[in-house]
Amino acid sequence: MIQIRCRDLSVGYDGKTVASGLNFEICSGDYFCIAGQNGSGKTTLMKTLLRLLPPVKGNILTEKSLNDGGIGYLPQQTPVQKDFPASVREIVLSGCQGMRGLRPFYSRIEKALAEVNMEKMGVHGLSERCYRELSGGQQQRVLLARALCAAKKILLLDEPVSGLDPGATEEMYGLLAELNKKDDITIVMISHDRRAVLDYADRVLHIGSVCFFGTKEKYLQSGPGREFLYSQGGKAYE
Amino acid sequence: MNEIIEKLLFYMEYPFVRHALAVGVMIALCSSLLGVTLVLKRFSFIGDGLSHVAFGTTAIAAAANMTSSLTVVLPVTVVSAVLLLRTGRRAGINGDAALAMVSVGALAGGYLLMNLLSAGPNLSGDVCSTLFGSVSILTLTERDMYLCMALSVAAIAMFLLFYNKIFAVTFDENFARALGEKTDFYNFMIAVMTAVIIVLAMNLAGSLLVSALVVFPAISAMRVFGSFRAVTVCSAVISVFGVLCGILVSILAGTPVGSTIAVLYIGIFFVFCGLGKLKGRRE
Repeated sequence: MIQIRCRDLSVGYDGKTVASGLNFEICSGDYFCIAGQNGSGKTTLMKTLLRLLPPVKGNILTEKSLNDGGIGYLPQQTPVQKDFPASVREIVLSGCQGMRGLRPFYSRIEKALAEVNMEKMGVHGLSERCYRELSGGQQQRVLLARALCAAKKILLLDEPVSGLDPGATEEMYGLLAELNKKDDITIVMISHDRRAVLDYADRVLHIGSVCFFGTKEKYLQSGPGREFLYSQGGKAYE
Repeated sequence: MNEIIEKLLFYMEYPFVRHALAVGVMIALCSSLLGVTLVLKRFSFIGDGLSHVAFGTTAIAAAANMTSSLTVVLPVTVVSAVLLLRTGRRAGINGDAALAMVSVGALAGGYLLMNLLSAGPNLSGDVCSTLFGSVSILTLTERDMYLCMALSVAAIAMFLLFYNKIFAVTFDENFARALGEKTDFYNFMIAVMTAVIIVLAMNLAGSLLVSALVVFPAISAMRVFGSFRAVTVCSAVISVFGVLCGILVSILAGTPVGSTIAVLYIGIFFVFCGLGKLKGRRE
């Protein structure tokens, strides 16, 4: 089933177009990677998909059930968050915002949902700890738990492993693969890391001077795919 | 010691002292609650900018011989707050520079006007008390007092009601927006509340020192506590304690209210720094 379909989409901000001519669809259960050089518009595209930015041209069709808060989002960390005094539980709970409308306080069901997701991400033991004291990997898992509180069907992740050490990176990929396989959550990920593309992706969207959209196998044989692998210091896919 | 208590009781007989304390506590509460958000959003200096705008407007109101300046100052400050917080997110002139421009401009314009059109005999005294808030908290008219109380209660109620939303918008605005929250509305609300609180707090600390009320309690609480709720509660306690002590000391010792409170806050800040270090070592 197609969850998101983009037709001749151009994205940008402040009246500037960053990437244009994007045609692709994201199906439920996909592990979807967005690749491309720095500044090619990957984050802008993700923000447009999330409706944080209006599309410059073209349109985005989303499946109905995604319109009322089925999307989870893991943004890149902002400098504000680095020294933010908030406990892990407070942050994960804030992922339940979307379904609350104007009710001012969290219900028991939402609190239970937060507990479940903290358990799933292995941060339950840290729930009273302060976010700023955690390691990079732990912080990402907290933000992932928060995103899961909002996501029922699809997760959008903006460079989830940037700045993580190899161990934490491995853990993060493990968690995402599990969510994708076991919970059947669609993963849409921006990544600079060739591992994500090689080992996990089903389909790849490459943004750049030449765009590509298709399965991983085809991508790795295409021009942009070879370039991507080359820039990552790897050999071309045999 | 007895002497001090007697003196305090003697002052407590006067309604204006009781009023000052009550208004002071309310202002302390709301400025500290919002202070946490402002400091975390990197808007520590917005208080300073806004209070200068309020100073400029007060000067204009005084020059025009208006009886109650609050009714003019409040709307003008609210508008400036909304504009300032909006430019913070747009390109062009960044928020930092916009703040500096507005703040200096309003201060200069206000002082110039006061000089040109001053009706009072003691110009430098007037300016000094507007800038440092020497006695205005003790000379509030009854009408201003009730207005102050009502606005503080409204600000505190808004904060409690929207506590979770304010947290979400402060911690991660993009994420909140992706969930469908009306973050622009909450930012607008924060701007309006900030302006109202700044104008109120100017009565207590004057326009140069009002930032102390916003920044110190929040920063001190953050030294020690690691959750948003604990930081908020702790900064409210610090703020109320500091303002009560400050007003009492200033009455007893005859020192200016604003600077007494600010100096007390600085002391509290260092104590909390120490506590934070101790806590860090124990863990």
